Amino acid sequence: MAASPSPAAAPVPEPALPPTLRRNAPLVPTDSAASRSLAAVIAILTFLAALCAGAAEIVASSADQWRGAVAQEVTIQVRPGPGRDIEADIARADAVAKAEPGIRATRVFSKAEAERLLEPWLGSGLDLSDLPVPRLITLKLADSPAPDLKRLRTALAEALPGVASLDDHALWQQRLSTMATTFVGVGVGIVALVLIATGLAVAFATRGAMAGNREVVEVLHFVGADDDYIARAFQRRFFGLGLRGGAIGAGLALAAFAFAGLMARAWRSGPAGDEIEALFGAFHIGWRGYAAVLLIGVIASVVTGVVSRLTVRRFLA
Amino acid sequence: MVQFENVGMRYGLGPEVLSDVSFRIAPRSFQFLTGPSGAGKTTLLRLILLSVRPTRGLVSVFGEEVSGISSEALTGLRRRMGVVFQDFRLLDHLTTYENVALPLRVQGRAETSYRAEVVELLRWVGLGERMHVLPPLLSGGEKQRAAIARALIARPELLLADEPTGNVDPGLGRRLLRLFVELNKLGTSVIIATHDFGLMDLFPTRRMVLGHGRLQIEE
Repeated sequence: MAASPSPAAAPVPEPALPPTLRRNAPLVPTDSAASRSLAAVIAILTFLAALCAGAAEIVASSADQWRGAVAQEVTIQVRPGPGRDIEADIARADAVAKAEPGIRATRVFSKAEAERLLEPWLGSGLDLSDLPVPRLITLKLADSPAPDLKRLRTALAEALPGVASLDDHALWQQRLSTMATTFVGVGVGIVALVLIATGLAVAFATRGAMAGNREVVEVLHFVGADDDYIARAFQRRFFGLGLRGGAIGAGLALAAFAFAGLMARAWRSGPAGDEIEALFGAFHIGWRGYAAVLLIGVIASVVTGVVSRLTVRRFLA
Repeated sequence: MVQFENVGMRYGLGPEVLSDVSFRIAPRSFQFLTGPSGAGKTTLLRLILLSVRPTRGLVSVFGEEVSGISSEALTGLRRRMGVVFQDFRLLDHLTTYENVALPLRVQGRAETSYRAEVVELLRWVGLGERMHVLPPLLSGGEKQRAAIARALIARPELLLADEPTGNVDPGLGRRLLRLFVELNKLGTSVIIATHDFGLMDLFPTRRMVLGHGRLQIEE
């Protein structure tokens, strides 16, 4: 120090400082009621966004499971016609299917089984022997070699024109896919909206903090801090708040999914278990879901830091 | 070092606080800025500090005309100045040590690189035992000394002090004045705004007297 009375050239021994001396406290005051409120808002928004992302992930993975199960199987429908021997037609269709390399196994539904499939619509105890009930053959598809369903359809049309048809559930799969994609799209949209809301909340909070810390900013300017340094100080403070809020929100969301998984497991053993399992699968969001939840927590923190920095720069300009 | 030419200053649509003020602060000079309360002393210091811009006239600081100065250049100029505010402007959430170290910290220096000089200066201004205390717990005199230490720590080329001895007893006031004089001998230009004639009589030097917005220089 130039004004110091001690000779400038004398070696300065490392002075003993009080061990409790705080030396590098944040330049922007951190522990205020407004900071806690902002962290709570970020936690709530992160929680909602993470729930949304997790729900979208459950739907997407359940739809994948359903689609996978359905795609493993196709059905040949053989319609009875006047003057035709349906058993012979079935045997012919079965033989055509078995000749296709990608078909792992076939199962012919007997007449009784085919009639039983109609029971949910027509009721039981009816004599359906006079009705032309179509017969079904289910084909299990092999993974390798991949079945050529187009060729099979052509072969069936040539062997049994107008009698046998192949249903590969494409329409149903397409609808399921559209539904799942829509749900995931809505989920992504809601997550984006929640993150935008987080950004706006942070922008307002930063403006409030700048107004509340006007004197701090002024003093920092006078002692030689540039705008970027001040913006970084605010960014550090808000990134810390965002990290805290994001971690709490994401943690709560993970806990909620874990709790829902446990509840679903308990319900599955109950009377409505089959329906719940059919609808939600195992209620398990998988590693992709957990990663999405954690990512949302991180993104919320980053959004908080970046928005606060931009807001401060604009405020100072 | 600082040059004002026909500078006029008014706040908003109010009357001119300063009118046709012209003066020059030479390197290594020492001057008092005096005048009755409300004469415009603080406004003049704020103009030198570049926290307000003149309504008319030319202001040059460290040889740079400041009307169209960039924010980077402004920061560079402020780092060459030290300022002691009348109301101290210590940051209440930082310890005395952190407040005094602030000008070095905002330059991006590591805490270990300036610890020794901050502690030495704190001890010299009599705050060696109070360095861990937050400003609200300091007395008026201690706050004053902390504010002075903060202004001096970065070895400024120009020191501006607004009533720096207003809250201290006469003995400490004299000691602080000696500190400013010693700083001046080491090459820093000093401007002390005060209306304490007792203090000014202790060190006969150039006086810049403001009255009714006009400046008169007594060499």
